[in-house]
Amino acid sequence: MTPTPSLAQGHPQLSWTRYLGFSTDAKVIGIQYIVLAFFFFLIGGFLAMIIRGELLTPPADLVDRTVYNGLYTMHGTIMLFLFIFPVLNGLNNLLIPTMIGAPDMAFPRLNTAAFWLVPVFGSLLIASFFVPGGPAYSGWWSYPPVSIQNPLGNLISGQSLWLLAVALSGVSSIMGAINFVTTILRMRAPGMTLFRMPVFCWTALAAQSLQLIGLPALTGGAVMLLFDLTVGTSFYRPEGGGDPVLYQHFFWFYSHPAVYVIILPVFGIFSELFPVYSRKPLFGYVYVCLASFIIVGLGLIVWVHHMFPSGVTMWMRNLFMFTTMLIAVPTGVKVFAWLGTLWRGKIQLTTPMLFCLGGLINFVFAGITGVMLATVPIDIHVSNTYFVVGHFHYVIYGAAVMGIFAAIYHWFPKFTGRMPYEGLGKLHFVLTFIGANLNFLPMHPLGLMGMPRRVSSYDPEFAFWNVLASLGAFLLGVSIIPFLLNMISSWARGPKATHNPWNAIGLEWLLPSPPPVENFEEHVPTVISRPYGYGTGLPLVEHQDEIERQLTLQEASA
Amino acid sequence: MTTTINPELTAEHGEGHGAHANHNLTGFIIFLCSESVIFLAFFSGYAILKLSALNWLPPGVDGLEWRTPLINTAVLVSSSGTIVLAEHFKGKEKLWLFRGFWLLTMAMGSYFLYGQAVEWSGLQFGFTSGTFGGTFYLLTGFHGLHVATGIFLMGLMLVKSFLPGNYVGGEQGVQATSLFWHFVDVIWIVLFLLIYVWQG
Repeated sequence: MTPTPSLAQGHPQLSWTRYLGFSTDAKVIGIQYIVLAFFFFLIGGFLAMIIRGELLTPPADLVDRTVYNGLYTMHGTIMLFLFIFPVLNGLNNLLIPTMIGAPDMAFPRLNTAAFWLVPVFGSLLIASFFVPGGPAYSGWWSYPPVSIQNPLGNLISGQSLWLLAVALSGVSSIMGAINFVTTILRMRAPGMTLFRMPVFCWTALAAQSLQLIGLPALTGGAVMLLFDLTVGTSFYRPEGGGDPVLYQHFFWFYSHPAVYVIILPVFGIFSELFPVYSRKPLFGYVYVCLASFIIVGLGLIVWVHHMFPSGVTMWMRNLFMFTTMLIAVPTGVKVFAWLGTLWRGKIQLTTPMLFCLGGLINFVFAGITGVMLATVPIDIHVSNTYFVVGHFHYVIYGAAVMGIFAAIYHWFPKFTGRMPYEGLGKLHFVLTFIGANLNFLPMHPLGLMGMPRRVSSYDPEFAFWNVLASLGAFLLGVSIIPFLLNMISSWARGPKATHNPWNAIGLEWLLPSPPPVENFEEHVPTVISRPYGYGTGLPLVEHQDEIERQLTLQEASA
Repeated sequence: MTTTINPELTAEHGEGHGAHANHNLTGFIIFLCSESVIFLAFFSGYAILKLSALNWLPPGVDGLEWRTPLINTAVLVSSSGTIVLAEHFKGKEKLWLFRGFWLLTMAMGSYFLYGQAVEWSGLQFGFTSGTFGGTFYLLTGFHGLHVATGIFLMGLMLVKSFLPGNYVGGEQGVQATSLFWHFVDVIWIVLFLLIYVWQG
């Protein structure tokens, strides 16, 4: 009897120091991404605490106005490029190979390089706090003419470091996207046709395709901005015949789809978790898969809705209002499918399920304000006010980050081999849900009243809602404590996890927890049915009973 | 650990979905598709700035001379043919003919770059001469960078062809370089039409 490596090495004694070096193992890189992302999350969150502290009172009394400009610019940039994208790439690294039965990513070394670019450009961005003139202060979108001012005349300025960091982030994301797309297209388990693939992989494929199409456009636009800033070209300088609105086109051609790059995998997480914790198959699986790609197609032709007040022609306003509203259709299909899944299901209110439900509620609210913002007259009225900030944070924190927390709690036992604590998890959920709504809901009345974004002082009539928002923000700041406590303590000494603690269906749950280095290696099970066969009794793969029996035996002997 | 799994329970599959199959070409094609969007961004920026300009040409500039660039274009475009020939001979395992045509392609690419440099040095406007100068140097420069990269890649493949047994049974690097070269060519044709032909 020769032991088969894929099962016999179920709990290899690998040193934790592998997380500190240049590993090519997707599961190590995935955890590296997530841990590093949360490090930057704490920095970005700290900046948000200062911002909300400043806005607690109407006058600008906590920080200098120029410092405040740097704070919101860096808060947005860090949270997007150093938290959300890396944490999602971490989940992609952990989940895509295990879900499709691949041993690793298609290009392991490219994967390593893509990850290690993150600390490089992260350090560059943080370093910009210490250059003369301070960090970039033109907002996370860096519109010219503000972003091409260089009052100190230094080549190394906060703005040029910002551009360099964003460019490197783009290179890293493209390297990642090539890897994820190739892996999904070429390395699926036998029998796993596209329409037997888990929805998370569908949404990852859709999101990474958007990266490949959109990011180069931003890169092109950013190169021109860098030349305007440093060499003195006039691509965006009206006095030299240039056009500042051209930059806005380049920027939003990517940065609107970037929101779908963020939210699509979260749709994938919802689609994975609702069936598990409702014990029912995903309602309308095929439509949910296809809706992802309809969102990709439509997502590429909506960007001008960010520019309604920027002097675009009337026909463009009407066209882009229409396409933006159309996005609500495939998104609505997904929401309907999730509700259909929950309907009459055996709902289990575990921590991941609570985060999914909370995320879904916040997302529906964000969707409603999204359709409002698509409408030209409303958009022009609330443009550059806190209404937009509120809408955006409902999408990003209310829906995306809550979905990411759900994913972390759900797959934590799989990749660490330990169970997270339910009590701390539920406390984290309650604080997050209340904190997010208390923080971001007051921004909507503020916006409708006309409070502009990006100001450090405001009229006293806005004080009431601002105090509420700041209290919510501080609650969000506190909410991260039980999360970190939970992660650290349960990883160190949490109860051991079995291979499938949630009774979930999927290839990743047919691996030991944590999975061996190359997952199934060459013993990949043959997939014989669609995912999410909850309550149907249909096996997912050939010889499923035997594989599960052996995993259980192995756990009993360990 | 004494548990084993019956090998019959799991499918054995080497090719295609195998553990360490080679997906380099797939990845490279995806990269090229993505790279083309940067050019698309520059092209559309060029068109938008040109269409909305009041004074497109900088003072004292009448337009671009197109005859010499046309010759350069002819050289670059025909080098797409020579690289196909080179690949053909590699397929027939006539390595010396492969190297000959490969080298010829590299020479034609270098001639194109040389012609570009000569043209640049004779121009009366610079990178900062309005949006015309900016877009001209940006587009031709960014494309030139790709030509140089292509020549560098070909050099690498040429060196690799001297490693014994390296090209037996196909070499994806040659295929990828050749694809890249065709890509650089197609981009140039669009660029030539936009910059030299559309002068009105």
